Amino acid sequence: MEKPLTAMLQPDGQPLDMAGYERAGGYQALRKALTMQPEAITAEVKRSKLRGRGGGGFSTGRKWEAVPHDAPRPRYLVVNADEMEPGSFKDRLLLEQTPHQMIESVIISAFAIQAEIAYIFVRAEYVRSLSALARALAEAQARGYVGADILGSGFALTIHVHASGGRYICGESSALLTALEGRRPLPRSRPPRSAQSGLWGKPSVVNNVETLCCVPHIVERGADWFLGLSRCADGGTKLFGMSGRVKRPGLYELPLGTPLIEILEEHAAGMQDGYQCRAVLPGGASTAFVMREDFYVAMDYDAVKTVGSGLGTGNVMALDDRRCPIGLLRNLEHFFAQESCGWCTPCRDGLPWVERILAAIEAGEGEPEDIETLARHVDFLGPDFTFCDLAPGAMQPLGSGLKYFRAEFEQHVNEKRCPWHESAGGWA
Amino acid sequence: MLTAEAEPLDAALRAQIADLAQHAEFSRAACTDALKLVQKRYGYVSDRHLDEVAALIGMTPAELDGVATFYNLIFRRPVGRHVILLCDSNVCWVMGEAGARAQIRERLGILPGETTADGRFTLLPIVCLGHCDHAPAMMVDDDQYGDLNPERLEAILDRYA
Ligand SMILES: Cc1cc2nc3c(=O)[nH]c(=O)nc-3n(C[C@H](O)[C@H](O)[C@H](O)COP(=O)(O)O)c2cc1C
Ligand code: SF4
Ligand code: FES
Repeated sequence: MEKPLTAMLQPDGQPLDMAGYERAGGYQALRKALTMQPEAITAEVKRSKLRGRGGGGFSTGRKWEAVPHDAPRPRYLVVNADEMEPGSFKDRLLLEQTPHQMIESVIISAFAIQAEIAYIFVRAEYVRSLSALARALAEAQARGYVGADILGSGFALTIHVHASGGRYICGESSALLTALEGRRPLPRSRPPRSAQSGLWGKPSVVNNVETLCCVPHIVERGADWFLGLSRCADGGTKLFGMSGRVKRPGLYELPLGTPLIEILEEHAAGMQDGYQCRAVLPGGASTAFVMREDFYVAMDYDAVKTVGSGLGTGNVMALDDRRCPIGLLRNLEHFFAQESCGWCTPCRDGLPWVERILAAIEAGEGEPEDIETLARHVDFLGPDFTFCDLAPGAMQPLGSGLKYFRAEFEQHVNEKRCPWHESAGGWA
Repeated sequence: MLTAEAEPLDAALRAQIADLAQHAEFSRAACTDALKLVQKRYGYVSDRHLDEVAALIGMTPAELDGVATFYNLIFRRPVGRHVILLCDSNVCWVMGEAGARAQIRERLGILPGETTADGRFTLLPIVCLGHCDHAPAMMVDDDQYGDLNPERLEAILDRYA
Protein backbone atom coordinates (compact mmCIF):
# COMPACT_ATOMS: atom_id res chain seq x y z
CA MET A 1 0.00 0.00 0.00
CA GLU A 2 1.48 3.35 -1.02
CA LYS A 3 1.73 6.11 1.55
CA PRO A 4 3.07 9.16 -0.28
CA LEU A 5 2.39 11.69 2.48
CA THR A 6 4.26 9.78 5.18
CA ALA A 7 6.83 7.92 3.07
CA MET A 8 9.63 10.14 4.30
CA LEU A 9 8.94 9.88 8.04
CA GLN A 10 12.03 8.87 9.97
CA PRO A 11 12.05 6.30 12.77
CA ASP A 12 13.35 8.91 15.23
CA GLY A 13 10.59 11.37 14.36
CA GLN A 14 13.06 14.00 13.21
CA PRO A 15 12.46 15.77 9.89
CA LEU A 16 14.82 15.23 6.96
CA ASP A 17 17.07 18.17 6.22
CA MET A 18 17.51 19.50 2.69
CA ALA A 19 20.21 17.00 1.76
CA GLY A 20 18.24 14.06 3.12
CA TYR A 21 15.00 15.16 1.50
CA GLU A 22 16.65 15.64 -1.89
CA ARG A 23 18.39 12.29 -1.63
CA ALA A 24 14.97 10.70 -1.06
CA GLY A 25 13.65 12.36 -4.22
CA GLY A 26 12.50 15.65 -2.75
CA TYR A 27 12.14 18.76 -4.95
CA GLN A 28 12.01 16.62 -8.12
CA ALA A 29 8.32 17.46 -8.40
CA LEU A 30 9.21 21.15 -8.20
CA ARG A 31 11.70 20.79 -11.03
CA LYS A 32 9.06 19.08 -13.12
CA ALA A 33 6.35 21.60 -12.22
CA LEU A 34 8.46 24.54 -13.32
CA THR A 35 8.65 23.05 -16.82
CA MET A 36 4.84 22.80 -17.01
CA GLN A 37 2.23 25.43 -17.79
CA PRO A 38 0.62 26.60 -14.54
CA GLU A 39 -2.83 25.84 -15.97
CA ALA A 40 -1.70 22.29 -16.75
CA ILE A 41 -0.84 21.75 -13.09
CA THR A 42 -4.25 23.00 -12.00
CA ALA A 43 -5.90 20.77 -14.60
CA GLU A 44 -3.99 17.74 -13.36
CA VAL A 45 -4.92 18.50 -9.73
CA LYS A 46 -8.55 18.86 -10.78
CA ARG A 47 -8.46 15.56 -12.65
CA SER A 48 -6.93 13.85 -9.59
CA LYS A 49 -10.12 14.62 -7.65
CA LEU A 50 -8.16 15.98 -4.74
CA ARG A 51 -10.67 17.42 -2.26
CA GLY A 52 -9.94 19.71 0.67
CA ARG A 53 -8.64 17.92 3.76
CA GLY A 54 -9.46 20.83 6.08
CA GLY A 55 -13.05 19.76 6.61
CA GLY A 56 -14.98 21.31 3.73
CA GLY A 57 -14.06 18.81 1.03
CA PHE A 58 -14.09 21.35 -1.80
CA SER A 59 -12.39 20.37 -5.07
CA THR A 60 -8.88 21.82 -4.96
CA GLY A 61 -8.60 22.11 -8.75
CA ARG A 62 -11.84 24.05 -8.93
CA LYS A 63 -10.77 26.35 -6.12
CA TRP A 64 -7.56 27.16 -7.99
CA GLU A 65 -9.41 27.71 -11.28
CA ALA A 66 -11.51 30.39 -9.61
CA VAL A 67 -8.53 32.76 -9.60
CA PRO A 68 -9.14 34.80 -12.77
CA HIS A 69 -6.34 34.81 -15.36
CA ASP A 70 -6.29 38.59 -15.45
CA ALA A 71 -6.53 38.89 -11.65
CA PRO A 72 -4.67 41.80 -10.07
CA ARG A 73 -1.35 41.28 -8.29
CA PRO A 74 0.04 40.33 -5.94
CA ARG A 75 -1.83 37.07 -5.52
CA TYR A 76 -1.58 35.01 -2.37
CA LEU A 77 -1.44 31.36 -1.45
CA VAL A 78 -2.30 30.82 2.20
CA VAL A 79 -1.71 27.55 4.04
CA ASN A 80 -4.20 26.84 6.79
CA ALA A 81 -2.09 25.23 9.51
CA ASP A 82 -4.29 26.40 12.37
CA GLU A 83 -5.48 22.87 13.23
CA MET A 84 -7.66 23.65 16.24
CA GLU A 85 -10.57 21.35 15.42
CA PRO A 86 -10.76 19.31 18.64
CA GLY A 87 -9.65 15.74 18.11
CA SER A 88 -7.47 16.55 15.07
CA PHE A 89 -3.72 16.07 15.02
CA LYS A 90 -2.83 15.20 11.44
CA ASP A 91 -1.39 18.49 10.12
CA ARG A 92 0.98 18.63 13.04
CA LEU A 93 2.65 15.41 11.92
CA LEU A 94 3.21 16.77 8.42
CA LEU A 95 4.53 20.11 9.67
CA GLU A 96 6.84 18.68 12.31
CA GLN A 97 8.18 15.70 10.44
CA THR A 98 7.93 16.61 6.73
CA PRO A 99 8.54 20.38 6.62
CA HIS A 100 10.33 20.20 3.26
CA GLN A 101 7.34 18.40 1.76
CA MET A 102 5.24 21.33 3.01
CA ILE A 103 7.58 23.94 1.53
CA GLU A 104 7.81 22.11 -1.82
CA SER A 105 4.01 21.86 -1.88
CA VAL A 106 3.68 25.58 -1.28
CA ILE A 107 6.09 26.48 -4.09
CA ILE A 108 4.38 24.23 -6.64
CA SER A 109 0.88 25.31 -5.63
CA ALA A 110 1.84 28.99 -5.68
CA PHE A 111 3.30 28.49 -9.15
CA ALA A 112 0.07 26.83 -10.33
CA ILE A 113 -2.04 29.83 -9.27
CA GLN A 114 0.78 32.27 -10.08
CA ALA A 115 0.94 33.66 -6.56
CA GLU A 116 4.03 35.63 -5.67
CA ILE A 117 3.51 35.62 -1.91
CA ALA A 118 2.60 32.72 0.38
CA TYR A 119 1.74 32.67 4.07
CA ILE A 120 1.77 29.59 6.28
CA PHE A 121 -0.57 30.32 9.21
CA VAL A 122 0.39 28.06 12.11
CA ARG A 123 -1.21 27.83 15.53
CA ALA A 124 1.21 29.14 18.14
CA GLU A 125 1.13 26.01 20.31
CA TYR A 126 2.80 24.09 17.47
CA VAL A 127 6.25 25.16 18.61
CA ARG A 128 8.07 22.27 16.94
CA SER A 129 6.18 22.82 13.69
CA LEU A 130 7.19 26.47 13.64
CA SER A 131 10.86 25.73 14.16
CA ALA A 132 10.88 22.86 11.64
CA LEU A 133 9.26 25.12 9.04
CA ALA A 134 11.65 27.99 9.74
CA ARG A 135 14.63 25.68 9.26
CA ALA A 136 13.29 24.12 6.08
CA LEU A 137 12.38 27.52 4.64
CA ALA A 138 15.87 28.89 5.30
CA GLU A 139 17.41 25.86 3.58
CA ALA A 140 15.06 26.21 0.61
CA GLN A 141 15.93 29.89 0.27
CA ALA A 142 19.65 29.13 0.42
CA ARG A 143 19.20 26.46 -2.26
CA GLY A 144 17.35 28.85 -4.60
CA TYR A 145 13.98 27.09 -4.36
CA VAL A 146 12.36 30.13 -2.77
CA GLY A 147 13.06 33.72 -3.75
CA ALA A 148 13.67 35.43 -7.10
CA ASP A 149 13.83 33.53 -10.41
CA ILE A 150 13.45 30.04 -8.95
CA LEU A 151 15.75 27.59 -10.79
CA GLY A 152 15.96 30.02 -13.69
CA SER A 153 12.23 29.76 -14.41
CA GLY A 154 11.51 33.45 -13.94
CA PHE A 155 9.02 32.55 -11.20
CA ALA A 156 9.53 34.40 -7.90
CA LEU A 157 8.01 33.54 -4.54
CA THR A 158 8.25 34.88 -1.00
CA ILE A 159 7.08 32.62 1.85
CA HIS A 160 6.17 33.94 5.31
CA VAL A 161 5.53 31.74 8.34
CA HIS A 162 3.02 33.35 10.71
CA ALA A 163 2.31 32.16 14.25
CA SER A 164 -1.26 32.77 15.39
CA GLY A 165 -2.32 34.40 18.64
CA GLY A 166 -4.61 31.43 19.25
CA ARG A 167 -8.33 31.24 18.54
CA TYR A 168 -10.35 28.51 16.82
CA ILE A 169 -12.14 30.93 14.48
CA CYS A 170 -8.78 31.78 12.87
CA GLY A 171 -9.06 28.42 11.08
CA GLU A 172 -12.13 29.67 9.22
CA SER A 173 -10.54 30.76 5.97
CA SER A 174 -11.85 34.34 5.80
CA ALA A 175 -11.15 35.02 9.49
CA LEU A 176 -7.66 33.66 8.89
CA LEU A 177 -7.08 36.30 6.21
CA THR A 178 -8.34 39.00 8.55
CA ALA A 179 -5.97 37.73 11.24
CA LEU A 180 -3.04 37.94 8.82
CA GLU A 181 -3.96 41.55 8.12
CA GLY A 182 -3.51 42.33 11.81
CA ARG A 183 -7.16 42.97 12.50
CA ARG A 184 -9.55 41.36 14.97
CA PRO A 185 -10.15 38.06 13.18
CA LEU A 186 -13.86 37.94 12.46
CA PRO A 187 -15.12 35.99 9.45
CA ARG A 188 -16.01 37.99 6.32
CA SER A 189 -19.22 38.00 4.34
CA ARG A 190 -19.23 36.30 0.95
CA PRO A 191 -19.35 37.25 -1.87
CA PRO A 192 -16.75 38.22 -2.81
CA ARG A 193 -14.95 34.88 -2.67
CA SER A 194 -11.35 35.16 -1.58
CA ALA A 195 -10.22 33.95 -5.01
CA GLN A 196 -11.45 37.35 -6.22
CA SER A 197 -10.81 39.48 -3.16
CA GLY A 198 -8.95 37.98 -0.22
CA LEU A 199 -5.87 39.09 1.66
CA TRP A 200 -5.65 42.90 1.43
CA GLY A 201 -8.34 42.71 -1.25
CA LYS A 202 -6.15 40.64 -3.55
CA PRO A 203 -6.92 37.20 -5.04
CA SER A 204 -6.12 34.55 -2.44
CA VAL A 205 -6.37 30.79 -2.19
CA VAL A 206 -6.57 29.15 1.24
CA ASN A 207 -5.81 25.45 1.52
CA ASN A 208 -5.25 23.00 4.31
CA VAL A 209 -1.79 21.54 5.04
CA GLU A 210 -2.68 17.96 4.11
CA THR A 211 -4.44 19.07 0.91
CA LEU A 212 -1.35 20.88 -0.35
CA CYS A 213 1.01 18.08 0.66
CA CYS A 214 -0.72 15.88 -1.93
CA VAL A 215 0.19 18.25 -4.76
CA PRO A 216 3.88 17.37 -5.39
CA HIS A 217 2.92 13.70 -5.62
CA ILE A 218 0.16 14.44 -8.14
CA VAL A 219 2.58 16.50 -10.23
CA GLU A 220 5.27 13.83 -10.12
CA ARG A 221 3.16 10.72 -10.67
CA GLY A 222 0.00 11.97 -12.34
CA ALA A 223 -3.72 12.17 -11.63
CA ASP A 224 -4.42 8.57 -12.65
CA TRP A 225 -1.95 7.24 -10.10
CA PHE A 226 -3.51 9.49 -7.42
CA LEU A 227 -7.02 8.29 -8.30
CA GLY A 228 -5.77 4.73 -7.99
CA LEU A 229 -4.67 5.28 -4.38
CA SER A 230 -8.20 5.56 -3.02
CA ARG A 231 -11.07 3.16 -2.45
CA CYS A 232 -13.70 5.65 -3.63
CA ALA A 233 -14.46 8.08 -6.46
CA ASP A 234 -12.23 10.84 -5.03
CA GLY A 235 -8.46 10.57 -5.19
CA GLY A 236 -5.66 9.97 -2.74
CA THR A 237 -4.76 8.66 0.65
CA LYS A 238 -5.90 10.25 3.90
CA LEU A 239 -4.23 10.71 7.25
CA PHE A 240 -6.81 9.08 9.46
CA GLY A 241 -6.46 9.62 13.18
CA MET A 242 -7.75 7.47 16.00
CA SER A 243 -8.06 8.64 19.59
CA GLY A 244 -9.95 7.69 22.73
CA ARG A 245 -9.74 4.35 24.58
CA VAL A 246 -8.29 2.36 21.70
CA LYS A 247 -5.25 0.12 22.01
CA ARG A 248 -3.16 1.93 19.41
CA PRO A 249 -4.17 5.57 19.12
CA GLY A 250 -2.37 7.47 16.37
CA LEU A 251 -2.32 8.47 12.73
CA TYR A 252 -2.66 6.05 9.84
CA GLU A 253 -2.19 6.99 6.19
CA LEU A 254 -4.70 4.82 4.35
CA PRO A 255 -6.68 4.93 1.12
CA LEU A 256 -9.47 7.48 1.14
CA GLY A 257 -12.61 5.38 1.52
CA THR A 258 -11.15 2.89 4.02
CA PRO A 259 -14.03 1.57 6.16
CA LEU A 260 -14.28 3.07 9.63
CA ILE A 261 -14.40 -0.40 11.22
CA GLU A 262 -11.04 -1.24 9.64
CA ILE A 263 -9.42 1.88 11.08
CA LEU A 264 -10.86 1.18 14.50
CA GLU A 265 -10.39 -2.58 14.70
CA GLU A 266 -7.30 -3.28 12.57
CA HIS A 267 -5.13 -0.20 12.64
CA ALA A 268 -6.02 1.09 16.10
CA ALA A 269 -6.31 -2.54 17.31
CA GLY A 270 -9.77 -2.07 18.81
CA MET A 271 -10.80 -0.84 22.22
CA GLN A 272 -8.75 -1.33 25.37
CA ASP A 273 -9.82 -4.28 27.49
CA GLY A 274 -12.90 -3.53 29.51
CA TYR A 275 -14.13 -0.74 27.24
CA GLN A 276 -16.75 -0.82 24.50
CA CYS A 277 -17.01 1.72 21.73
CA ARG A 278 -20.50 3.20 21.71
CA ALA A 279 -20.06 5.85 19.01
CA VAL A 280 -17.40 7.92 17.27
CA LEU A 281 -16.96 11.48 16.17
CA PRO A 282 -15.52 10.69 12.73
CA GLY A 283 -13.86 13.97 11.84
CA GLY A 284 -13.53 16.32 14.79
CA ALA A 285 -15.85 18.14 17.15
CA SER A 286 -17.91 19.58 14.27
CA THR A 287 -19.07 16.22 12.95
CA ALA A 288 -22.14 14.23 13.99
CA PHE A 289 -21.86 11.00 15.97
CA VAL A 290 -21.66 7.77 14.00
CA MET A 291 -23.12 4.82 15.92
CA ARG A 292 -21.89 1.22 16.03
CA GLU A 293 -24.38 -0.04 13.47
CA ASP A 294 -22.85 2.35 10.92
CA PHE A 295 -19.20 1.51 11.54
CA TYR A 296 -19.05 -0.33 8.22
CA VAL A 297 -19.19 3.07 6.48
CA ALA A 298 -16.39 3.99 4.09
CA MET A 299 -14.44 7.01 5.26
CA ASP A 300 -14.84 9.26 2.24
CA TYR A 301 -16.63 12.54 1.67
CA ASP A 302 -19.82 11.14 0.15
CA ALA A 303 -20.18 7.92 2.11
CA VAL A 304 -19.97 9.43 5.59
CA LYS A 305 -22.78 11.81 4.61
CA THR A 306 -25.06 8.84 3.98
CA VAL A 307 -24.89 7.96 7.68
CA GLY A 308 -25.74 11.52 8.70
CA SER A 309 -22.25 12.80 9.45
CA GLY A 310 -19.23 14.07 7.59
CA LEU A 311 -15.60 13.15 6.95
CA GLY A 312 -14.41 16.41 8.55
CA THR A 313 -10.71 16.12 9.31
CA GLY A 314 -10.85 12.30 9.25
CA ASN A 315 -9.51 12.18 12.79
CA VAL A 316 -11.79 9.81 14.68
CA MET A 317 -12.53 9.89 18.41
CA ALA A 318 -14.06 6.88 20.12
CA LEU A 319 -16.63 7.41 22.87
CA ASP A 320 -16.48 4.44 25.22
CA ASP A 321 -19.20 3.05 27.45
CA ARG A 322 -17.63 4.36 30.65
CA ARG A 323 -18.04 8.01 29.73
CA CYS A 324 -21.30 9.94 29.77
CA PRO A 325 -22.48 11.12 26.35
CA ILE A 326 -24.19 14.15 27.93
CA GLY A 327 -20.93 15.06 29.66
CA LEU A 328 -19.12 14.80 26.34
CA LEU A 329 -21.69 17.05 24.69
CA ARG A 330 -21.32 19.58 27.50
CA ASN A 331 -17.57 19.50 26.97
CA LEU A 332 -17.95 20.02 23.20
CA GLU A 333 -20.45 22.87 23.51
CA HIS A 334 -18.24 24.54 26.11
CA PHE A 335 -15.53 24.61 23.46
CA PHE A 336 -17.80 26.13 20.84
CA ALA A 337 -19.31 28.68 23.24
CA GLN A 338 -15.85 29.77 24.32
CA GLU A 339 -14.49 29.97 20.79
CA SER A 340 -17.48 31.77 19.21
CA CYS A 341 -16.12 35.01 17.82
CA GLY A 342 -19.20 36.84 19.11
CA TRP A 343 -20.10 38.55 15.85
CA CYS A 344 -23.61 37.21 15.32
CA THR A 345 -26.27 36.86 17.98
CA PRO A 346 -27.55 33.28 17.55
CA CYS A 347 -24.06 31.89 18.01
CA ARG A 348 -22.83 34.35 20.64
CA ASP A 349 -25.92 33.99 22.86
CA GLY A 350 -27.18 30.56 21.80
CA LEU A 351 -24.06 28.51 22.46
CA PRO A 352 -23.59 29.58 26.11
CA TRP A 353 -27.27 28.84 26.65
CA VAL A 354 -26.82 25.36 25.19
CA GLU A 355 -23.78 24.81 27.40
CA ARG A 356 -25.67 25.88 30.54
CA ILE A 357 -28.58 23.57 29.79
CA LEU A 358 -26.27 20.63 29.17
CA ALA A 359 -24.38 21.36 32.39
CA ALA A 360 -27.67 21.45 34.30
CA ILE A 361 -28.82 18.14 32.82
CA GLU A 362 -25.46 16.57 33.59
CA ALA A 363 -25.70 17.80 37.17
CA GLY A 364 -29.15 16.25 37.58
CA GLU A 365 -30.91 19.62 37.49
CA GLY A 366 -32.49 19.32 34.05
CA GLU A 367 -36.20 19.75 33.29
CA PRO A 368 -38.10 17.79 30.63
CA GLU A 369 -38.56 20.94 28.50
CA ASP A 370 -34.78 21.44 28.40
CA ILE A 371 -34.48 18.70 25.82
CA GLU A 372 -36.91 20.59 23.56
CA THR A 373 -35.00 23.83 24.09
CA LEU A 374 -31.82 22.09 22.95
CA ALA A 375 -33.60 20.74 19.87
CA ARG A 376 -34.79 24.25 19.03
CA HIS A 377 -31.20 25.51 19.20
CA VAL A 378 -30.14 22.79 16.79
CA ASP A 379 -32.68 24.21 14.32
CA PHE A 380 -31.86 27.87 14.82
CA LEU A 381 -28.09 27.58 14.89
CA GLY A 382 -28.07 25.45 11.74
CA PRO A 383 -26.87 26.40 8.27
CA ASP A 384 -27.89 29.86 7.02
CA PHE A 385 -28.90 31.26 10.41
CA THR A 386 -25.40 32.36 11.38
CA PHE A 387 -22.62 34.32 9.74
CA CYS A 388 -20.14 31.44 9.48
CA ASP A 389 -20.02 27.67 9.88
CA LEU A 390 -18.84 27.56 13.50
CA ALA A 391 -22.35 27.38 14.93
CA PRO A 392 -23.74 24.85 12.44
CA GLY A 393 -20.64 22.76 13.18
CA ALA A 394 -21.38 23.01 16.90
CA MET A 395 -24.88 21.66 16.25
CA GLN A 396 -23.62 18.53 14.50
CA PRO A 397 -22.73 16.56 17.65
CA LEU A 398 -25.67 18.04 19.57
CA GLY A 399 -28.31 17.27 16.93
CA SER A 400 -27.07 13.71 16.50
CA GLY A 401 -26.61 13.34 20.26
CA LEU A 402 -30.24 14.28 20.90
CA LYS A 403 -31.25 11.62 18.41
CA TYR A 404 -28.97 8.78 19.46
CA PHE A 405 -28.71 9.44 23.19
CA ARG A 406 -32.34 10.35 23.79
CA ALA A 407 -32.69 7.63 26.44
CA GLU A 408 -29.66 8.95 28.32
CA PHE A 409 -31.01 12.51 28.20
CA GLU A 410 -34.32 11.34 29.63
CA GLN A 411 -32.64 9.21 32.25
CA HIS A 412 -30.62 12.20 33.50
CA VAL A 413 -33.75 14.35 33.67
CA ASN A 414 -36.02 11.72 35.22
CA GLU A 415 -33.57 10.33 37.77
CA LYS A 416 -32.09 13.77 38.45
CA ARG A 417 -28.54 12.43 38.37
CA CYS A 418 -25.82 11.34 35.99
CA PRO A 419 -25.59 7.54 35.79
CA TRP A 420 -21.87 7.88 35.00
CA HIS A 421 -21.25 10.28 37.85
CA GLU A 422 -18.78 7.94 39.55
CA SER A 423 -16.43 8.02 36.57
CA ALA A 424 -16.45 11.80 36.18
CA GLY A 425 -13.94 14.07 37.85
CA GLY A 426 -11.00 11.66 38.10
CA TRP A 427 -8.23 10.19 35.98
CA ALA A 428 -10.85 7.97 34.27
CA MET B 1 5.29 42.57 37.84
CA LEU B 2 4.32 46.10 38.73
CA THR B 3 7.43 47.29 36.98
CA ALA B 4 6.00 46.29 33.63
CA GLU B 5 3.33 48.92 34.19
CA ALA B 6 5.83 51.54 35.23
CA GLU B 7 8.68 50.93 32.82
CA PRO B 8 8.59 52.03 29.21
CA LEU B 9 9.45 49.32 26.67
CA ASP B 10 13.17 48.94 26.49
CA ALA B 11 14.88 50.56 23.55
CA ALA B 12 16.04 47.37 21.85
CA LEU B 13 12.52 45.98 21.91
CA ARG B 14 11.11 49.21 20.50
CA ALA B 15 13.60 49.02 17.65
CA GLN B 16 12.74 45.40 17.02
CA ILE B 17 9.03 46.17 16.83
CA ALA B 18 9.57 49.16 14.56
CA ASP B 19 11.62 46.88 12.32
CA LEU B 20 8.87 44.24 12.23
CA ALA B 21 6.32 46.89 11.29
CA GLN B 22 8.54 48.19 8.53
CA HIS B 23 9.13 44.77 7.02
CA ALA B 24 5.52 43.61 7.11
CA GLU B 25 3.49 44.09 3.94
CA PHE B 26 1.33 46.52 5.89
CA SER B 27 2.63 47.60 9.27
CA ARG B 28 -0.37 46.46 11.30
CA ALA B 29 0.16 42.92 10.03
CA ALA B 30 3.05 42.83 12.52
CA CYS B 31 0.84 43.47 15.53
CA THR B 32 0.47 39.87 16.76
CA ASP B 33 4.22 39.31 16.52
CA ALA B 34 4.87 42.60 18.30
CA LEU B 35 2.53 41.72 21.16
CA LYS B 36 4.27 38.37 21.51
CA LEU B 37 7.68 40.01 21.73
CA VAL B 38 6.43 42.22 24.54
CA GLN B 39 4.91 39.21 26.27
CA LYS B 40 8.10 37.23 25.93
CA ARG B 41 10.06 40.02 27.59
CA TYR B 42 7.61 41.07 30.34
CA GLY B 43 5.37 38.01 30.73
CA TYR B 44 2.23 39.87 29.66
CA VAL B 45 1.09 42.98 27.82
CA SER B 46 0.38 45.89 30.16
CA ASP B 47 -1.81 48.86 29.22
CA ARG B 48 1.18 51.08 28.98
CA HIS B 49 3.05 48.72 26.68
CA LEU B 50 -0.02 48.21 24.57
CA ASP B 51 -0.21 51.97 24.00
CA GLU B 52 3.44 52.08 23.02
CA VAL B 53 3.16 49.17 20.58
CA ALA B 54 0.06 50.74 19.01
CA ALA B 55 1.95 53.95 18.38
CA LEU B 56 4.92 52.11 16.89
CA ILE B 57 2.69 50.14 14.53
CA GLY B 58 0.30 52.89 13.60
CA MET B 59 -2.85 51.52 15.19
CA THR B 60 -5.06 53.10 17.83
CA PRO B 61 -4.73 51.48 21.27
CA ALA B 62 -8.39 50.43 21.03
CA GLU B 63 -7.81 48.66 17.72
CA LEU B 64 -4.76 46.87 19.05
CA ASP B 65 -6.55 45.89 22.25
CA GLY B 66 -9.37 44.51 20.11
CA VAL B 67 -6.80 42.16 18.61
CA ALA B 68 -4.93 41.44 21.84
CA THR B 69 -8.02 40.54 23.87
CA PHE B 70 -9.33 38.29 21.10
CA TYR B 71 -6.47 35.84 21.36
CA ASN B 72 -6.20 33.05 23.92
CA LEU B 73 -2.42 33.28 24.04
CA ILE B 74 -1.92 37.02 24.45
CA PHE B 75 -2.03 37.75 28.17
CA ARG B 76 -3.30 41.18 29.21
CA ARG B 77 -2.74 40.40 32.90
CA PRO B 78 0.36 39.18 34.73
CA VAL B 79 1.00 35.44 34.75
CA GLY B 80 3.36 33.22 36.71
CA ARG B 81 6.91 32.37 35.61
CA HIS B 82 5.62 29.14 34.08
CA VAL B 83 2.30 28.83 32.29
CA ILE B 84 0.62 25.43 32.33
CA LEU B 85 -1.78 24.99 29.41
CA LEU B 86 -3.99 22.02 30.25
CA CYS B 87 -6.07 20.72 27.35
CA ASP B 88 -9.77 20.61 28.24
CA SER B 89 -11.13 19.42 24.88
CA ASN B 90 -13.06 16.25 24.15
CA VAL B 91 -10.39 13.57 23.82
CA CYS B 92 -8.58 14.72 26.94
CA TRP B 93 -11.94 14.88 28.72
CA VAL B 94 -12.56 11.25 27.81
CA MET B 95 -9.05 10.25 28.85
CA GLY B 96 -9.05 11.86 32.30
CA GLU B 97 -8.16 15.55 32.13
CA ALA B 98 -10.25 16.07 35.27
CA GLY B 99 -7.75 13.96 37.21
CA ALA B 100 -4.86 16.14 36.03
CA ARG B 101 -6.79 19.26 36.96
CA ALA B 102 -7.56 17.89 40.43
CA GLN B 103 -3.95 16.90 41.00
CA ILE B 104 -2.67 20.34 39.99
CA ARG B 105 -5.18 21.88 42.35
CA GLU B 106 -4.02 19.64 45.16
CA ARG B 107 -0.34 20.17 44.59
CA LEU B 108 -0.25 23.83 43.59
CA GLY B 109 -3.52 25.07 45.07
CA ILE B 110 -4.71 26.69 41.85
CA LEU B 111 -7.75 26.37 39.63
CA PRO B 112 -7.75 27.17 35.91
CA GLY B 113 -7.16 30.90 35.55
CA GLU B 114 -5.21 31.23 38.81
CA THR B 115 -1.58 31.84 39.73
CA THR B 116 0.27 30.33 42.69
CA ALA B 117 1.01 32.69 45.56
CA ASP B 118 4.75 32.45 44.89
CA GLY B 119 4.20 33.51 41.26
CA ARG B 120 5.74 30.32 39.90
CA PHE B 121 2.82 28.78 38.01
CA THR B 122 -0.30 29.96 36.22
CA LEU B 123 -2.80 27.29 35.14
CA LEU B 124 -4.85 27.99 32.02
CA PRO B 125 -7.25 25.78 30.11
CA ILE B 126 -6.42 25.36 26.43
CA VAL B 127 -8.32 23.87 23.51
CA CYS B 128 -7.16 20.64 21.86
CA LEU B 129 -3.37 20.70 21.51
CA GLY B 130 -3.30 18.28 18.58
CA HIS B 131 -1.77 15.68 20.87
CA CYS B 132 -4.97 13.64 21.18
CA ASP B 133 -3.28 10.30 20.52
CA HIS B 134 -1.40 10.98 23.77
CA ALA B 135 -4.29 12.39 25.80
CA PRO B 136 -4.47 13.75 28.42
CA ALA B 137 -2.06 16.41 27.22
CA MET B 138 -0.69 19.75 28.37
CA MET B 139 2.05 22.28 27.73
CA VAL B 140 4.30 23.98 30.21
CA ASP B 141 5.68 27.10 28.52
CA ASP B 142 6.92 25.83 25.13
CA ASP B 143 7.19 22.16 26.09
CA GLN B 144 4.53 19.63 25.31
CA TYR B 145 3.61 16.63 27.46
CA GLY B 146 1.22 13.77 26.83
CA ASP B 147 0.07 10.44 28.26
CA LEU B 148 -0.36 12.17 31.61
CA ASN B 149 -0.93 10.01 34.65
CA PRO B 150 -0.43 10.80 38.35
CA GLU B 151 3.27 9.87 38.40
CA ARG B 152 4.16 11.58 35.12
CA LEU B 153 2.37 14.77 36.08
CA GLU B 154 4.14 14.85 39.42
CA ALA B 155 7.53 14.37 37.75
CA ILE B 156 6.85 17.10 35.19
CA LEU B 157 5.85 19.62 37.83
CA ASP B 158 9.01 18.76 39.79
CA ARG B 159 11.06 19.89 36.82
CA TYR B 160 9.73 23.42 37.08
CA ALA B 161 9.54 23.64 40.84
C1 LIG C 1 -14.78 27.54 12.63
C2 LIG C 1 -13.96 26.92 11.55
C3 LIG C 1 -12.67 26.47 11.83
C4 LIG C 1 -11.88 25.92 10.82
N1 LIG C 1 -10.62 25.50 11.14
C5 LIG C 1 -9.83 24.99 10.16
C6 LIG C 1 -8.49 24.58 10.44
O1 LIG C 1 -8.01 24.69 11.58
N2 LIG C 1 -7.74 24.08 9.43
C7 LIG C 1 -8.23 23.98 8.15
O2 LIG C 1 -7.52 23.55 7.26
N3 LIG C 1 -9.48 24.34 7.86
C8 LIG C 1 -10.29 24.85 8.82
N4 LIG C 1 -11.57 25.26 8.51
C9 LIG C 1 -12.00 25.16 7.10
C10 LIG C 1 -11.52 26.38 6.32
O3 LIG C 1 -12.50 27.40 6.43
C11 LIG C 1 -11.32 26.10 4.83
O4 LIG C 1 -12.44 25.46 4.34
C12 LIG C 1 -10.11 25.22 4.55
O5 LIG C 1 -8.95 25.73 5.12
C13 LIG C 1 -9.93 25.13 3.05
O6 LIG C 1 -8.86 24.27 2.73
P1 LIG C 1 -9.09 22.90 1.96
O7 LIG C 1 -10.02 23.18 0.81
O8 LIG C 1 -7.72 22.53 1.50
O9 LIG C 1 -9.67 21.95 2.93
C14 LIG C 1 -12.39 25.80 9.51
C15 LIG C 1 -13.68 26.22 9.25
C16 LIG C 1 -14.47 26.77 10.24
C17 LIG C 1 -15.85 27.22 9.91
S1 SF4 D 1 -21.37 31.86 13.74
FE1 SF4 D 1 -20.29 32.29 15.67
S2 SF4 D 1 -18.12 32.23 15.09
FE2 SF4 D 1 -19.30 32.47 13.16
S3 SF4 D 1 -19.44 34.68 12.83
FE3 SF4 D 1 -21.25 34.11 14.03
S4 SF4 D 1 -20.59 34.48 16.17
FE4 SF4 D 1 -18.74 34.38 14.93
S1 FES E 1 -8.28 16.84 22.89
FE1 FES E 1 -6.59 17.24 24.21
S2 FES E 1 -4.94 17.21 22.81
FE2 FES E 1 -6.65 16.92 21.49
